[in-house]
Amino acid sequence: MKIVAVTSCPTGIAHTYMAAEALEGAGRGAGHEISVETQGSAGATPLDPAVIAEADVVIFAADVEVRDRQRFAGKPVVAVSVKHAINHAAEVIVDAERAAEEATSADAPVAAAASAAPVAVRSAELGTGTKVRGWLMTGVSYLIPFVAAGGILIALSFMLARIAEGDSGYQIVEVNADVPAFIDQFSALSLYDWAGLMFIIGAGMFGFLNAILAGYIAYAIADRPGLAPGFIAGWAAGIMGAGFLGALIGGITGGLIALGVSRIQVPSAVKGVMPVVVIPLVATLINGALMLVVIGRPLAWVFTELTDWLNSLSGSSIVLLGVILGLMMAFDMGGPVNKVAYTFAVTGLTAEAIASDDATALQVMATVMAAGMVPPLALALASTVRPKLFSHAERESGKAAWVLGASFITEGAIPFAAGDPFRVIPSIMAGSALTGGLVMLFGNELRAPHGGIWVFGLVEGWPSYILAVAAGTVLAAALVVLLKTRFRSADEAALEAQEDAGLFATA
Amino acid sequence: MSDLITVSLVDLDLAAQDKDAATRRLAELMSAEGRVTDLETFLTDVRAREAQMPTGLEGGIGIPHARSTGVTQPTVAFGRSATGVDYGASDGPAHLVFLIAAPAGGGDEHLKVLAALARRLVHASFKEALLQASDAEAVVDLFQREVVVS
Repeated sequence: MKIVAVTSCPTGIAHTYMAAEALEGAGRGAGHEISVETQGSAGATPLDPAVIAEADVVIFAADVEVRDRQRFAGKPVVAVSVKHAINHAAEVIVDAERAAEEATSADAPVAAAASAAPVAVRSAELGTGTKVRGWLMTGVSYLIPFVAAGGILIALSFMLARIAEGDSGYQIVEVNADVPAFIDQFSALSLYDWAGLMFIIGAGMFGFLNAILAGYIAYAIADRPGLAPGFIAGWAAGIMGAGFLGALIGGITGGLIALGVSRIQVPSAVKGVMPVVVIPLVATLINGALMLVVIGRPLAWVFTELTDWLNSLSGSSIVLLGVILGLMMAFDMGGPVNKVAYTFAVTGLTAEAIASDDATALQVMATVMAAGMVPPLALALASTVRPKLFSHAERESGKAAWVLGASFITEGAIPFAAGDPFRVIPSIMAGSALTGGLVMLFGNELRAPHGGIWVFGLVEGWPSYILAVAAGTVLAAALVVLLKTRFRSADEAALEAQEDAGLFATA
Repeated sequence: MSDLITVSLVDLDLAAQDKDAATRRLAELMSAEGRVTDLETFLTDVRAREAQMPTGLEGGIGIPHARSTGVTQPTVAFGRSATGVDYGASDGPAHLVFLIAAPAGGGDEHLKVLAALARRLVHASFKEALLQASDAEAVVDLFQREVVVS
């Protein structure tokens, strides 16, 4: 049998080579031909494509992402940790023999087409759900630094502006309207100017969120050729107002399209430029056009319909309106539904409404802010109370989520929601709905469009307001914990452990 | 490659009881030889690597390692412990401890010697010879003979 293998580890000076040596020894000992590519620090010599083409099976003994994985597309794969390969090389070879046999016993003509699922982890196929979850979690792990750093900068800017300017500090966001002018007048001695600078940088980072999420989801699916079509989908989701759910879908389609294009048989003269030029070019065009054209129009329709609907509701039960606004705020965090609710509140918050004490308008604003604070706070709470249910990366972003939630930066919950949408989103919707209903019931009013606890001074009846936020937070956290405990497969736990290891892969 | 290890980088009676102490002891040997200029930075880097995933391997070896700015040239310090030091391997403590230090950043060519060393470590004969070695000179000889850059 002919085996090719890739070994790699975080530092790239020890385990990579030990695993290579162990696999070579065990492979030859069992009478196979084996070639190993060591992706370590001493420079990797890529495997000869001809050797890869002839191989019956591929072994990945890697604790970090295998570089240029697409070279092995279509081959049966055995993936193990690098330590497992060192300690139990002979077993890994046996697994490889089995994987190769299974691949050949499957219909031979189908085998070429069946390359849609190139990676069989330890010869046991992962379920589709788990595979998708794996893609999402890769995207999320790259997203987290942007959410945390950007969100905390924005929160700090609110805090500093509050100190510098008092209750009107929330107006700090206006610096973003004309950044060059602001920078022109920047004074290192002014606290307010520092707050403005932080806001600009934080808002700048938030501008990347959709692109990073979509880009790295696509990367998880199709490796490097997926990056360009993924990023463009995230960007498109941003400008079309599709939010992170749009980015998530665009990332998946981008990755799958890139993967599909890479499977097209081409003359060997073109093969060399496929991953660098052809795949990104073709996949980006298709995916970008898909996102803009297919998603754009329905979204515009959703915007108008939802806005009309909300306006028609204003006359009826105000508590019901609060519940609906809560549901909407938590549904897609920055996506179309959230934006309709938020815009509905902000457009009601006119100078006149503030001056004339228009109770409904001010209550709607209070509701929307409270409901928007709940998702990050709830996930911060859940990941503090039951850390075992969350991956290492999620626990870390849970710490930042306290600050983000308190500052009404709903995006703090995106990493959690993007990684596990079906369990997280319903939970936070329920929590925000409760908070929204309670705020309306208590009749709290708010005279600022954002700022979280930094504008609590502008909230009418803040003790009951805090109670409403706390109640929704506890409910949402409890639901998240419940859903994550009740429906959790072994696959998933393994996946999270793997993701934890992968997080350190950049060393 | 004569200078991957020297007799001053060998401790055949490693007295340390835990991995932090063992790693520190070997790092101090490197520091005394001028191979590690910033001991604390290097130890921090080794600990960070160790925290990702323990470096103990089955068969009684521990290979704490790091690329660090505090390192001047690829170096290994070797310690042998009769009682064993726990490096987190599933089958018990390590009797052979290899602290591997690599300079941070570019010039990957010279790291090949470490790759060659790592490859030797999986061979039972190499481990056995190290367990039997009577003195530091024998250890250094063994490295020179066996660790060959291909």
